[in-house]
Amino acid sequence: MMNEIMPKINIRNLSKIYQGRHGEVVALNDVNLEIQANEFICVVGPSGCGKSTLLNIIAGLENKTSGSVMADNAEIIKPGKERGVVFQQYALFPWKTVLKNVEFGLKLNGVGKQQRREKAMEYLDLVGLTEFANAYPKELSGGMRQRVAIARAFTAEPDILLMDEPFGALDAQTRAQLQEELLHIWDTKKKTCFFITHDVDEAVLLAQKVVIMSARPGRIKEIIDVDIPYPRNQETKLSERFSEIKNDIWSKVYKEYLSVKK
Amino acid sequence: MATNNVDFEKKQAEAMEIKKKRLSLSRIDNRIMVIISLALGIIAWFLLALIPSVSTIITNPIILIKTFISELENGLISDIYTSIFRVLSGFLLGLVVAIPIAFLMGWYGTFRSLTEPWIQFFRTIPPIALIPLVIVAFGVGESAKIAVIFVATFLVMVVSIYQGVRNVDPTLIKAARVLGANDKDIFFEVVVPASFPYILVGVRLGLASAWTTLVAAEMTGASKGLGNMIMEAGTFFRMDQVILGIVLIGIIGFIMDKLVLYLEKKLAGWQEVSK
Ligand SMILES: Nc1ncnc2c1ncn2[C@@H]1O[C@H](COP(=O)(O)OP(=O)(O)O)[C@@H](O)[C@H]1O
Ligand SMILES: [Mg+2]
Repeated sequence: MMNEIMPKINIRNLSKIYQGRHGEVVALNDVNLEIQANEFICVVGPSGCGKSTLLNIIAGLENKTSGSVMADNAEIIKPGKERGVVFQQYALFPWKTVLKNVEFGLKLNGVGKQQRREKAMEYLDLVGLTEFANAYPKELSGGMRQRVAIARAFTAEPDILLMDEPFGALDAQTRAQLQEELLHIWDTKKKTCFFITHDVDEAVLLAQKVVIMSARPGRIKEIIDVDIPYPRNQETKLSERFSEIKNDIWSKVYKEYLSVKK
Repeated sequence: MATNNVDFEKKQAEAMEIKKKRLSLSRIDNRIMVIISLALGIIAWFLLALIPSVSTIITNPIILIKTFISELENGLISDIYTSIFRVLSGFLLGLVVAIPIAFLMGWYGTFRSLTEPWIQFFRTIPPIALIPLVIVAFGVGESAKIAVIFVATFLVMVVSIYQGVRNVDPTLIKAARVLGANDKDIFFEVVVPASFPYILVGVRLGLASAWTTLVAAEMTGASKGLGNMIMEAGTFFRMDQVILGIVLIGIIGFIMDKLVLYLEKKLAGWQEVSK
């Protein structure tokens, strides 16, 4: 026990209660979770079960009610540049060009112009958008915008990437492309990924571990290991092991959906 | 590998470009329609001025041009200059005060609660109603005119800019925060640029309101200006001068509006066009 590797993120007895207009809402109830460095974790669960709340607390965008959330053994109290976030609605700054969006994190952290330009171009290259460096977000499709958002998050060089249903608004084809690109970047850049999705296929394709959350009050129901070797791609979905794991998770998530309906 | 995947979307982007070109074609059509409409209007005006009973009131365009030329030698330029000077002074003062107040209102809840009821209340009062008060306070000189325009433009602009500050997308603020932005960065890098289009909307509304208020203010007593020129011409039944004043007021207001629209296109072209 003494020699156990320190988890990258350590969540202990975390609870979150919102003061809603119609009284208290228990969004998270006694959540415990350890995420190791360079691990890819996906979180699935019925909507309203507290997935975004959990992510926002890790991001430092939301206060917790009780418990402890640590990153690298330090309590999280506010956003930090070691934790990047990709939002579902892209959240690009429409008045900035693609390049300016991508280098914004570095600019805020006082990195010189030349250096941040180089780094931003490196990540734009990684998502295949170097040609669009001087375009404005309004000129891009949804898939391209989310690529920019991913490049922006990576360019700030965080250790941890928090993604809240980043591909949820994209069509199936674009989503499939971005899943593979994300796996590729994760593989080359070695980051810890915390990825929320409502798509069980997506979770099994991406993650080493899938966290299933139960409906209100939000808590962790089960953590399932996905023992399929990387690199994975869309063909991985055809394998028997993939179906086994997917069906297992599906049935568990489905039970939660039903319990919400009741 | 990413490059292949992007190809498909590049095609989509190209398709978007083509659509844009089509749009600009229809814009050319639109311009032709504007010219046609203008020509039709002037013809109608001509015909109207041919009717004897109407022609005493509505001068025909040719006489109007003659009047314009003779008035040019008769101090018209200084009337125009005076009016524009008053409008711009009042308007700029209004803008300079409206911007910080609107941002304070959007940013600090307490300040908003304290000021909003007053602004909403004064907004319902037509600024012209303030003219007698202002005359007592400032006399009938330049400062009175500018003060009325200031009040009118300030109220219009503060509301519109404040709306912009309130409408900043909270996810953009979050996105900046997780990239390491502090409060100051968020204000200057997110809130200000995000509200910029609203500032321009405010400027447009403010200029329009400045212009209408000015004419009203000048008609209640002034020694110069287009409003004053119309009033004086009216008392001497010089309808050609009245119409000239009206047409000039329309043209100058129109040009100011187009200038702001042009600015908006140049400076806020990043905006997503909805609808
Ligand atoms: N700011 C808030 N105020 C009050 N209740 C909230 C707030 N944000 C989220 N909630 C509630 O907390 C619960 C969890 O929300 P969320 O974390 O967004 O769920 P998920 O992302 O899994 O769909 C929901 O019941 C939601 O209504
Ligand atoms: Mg959510």
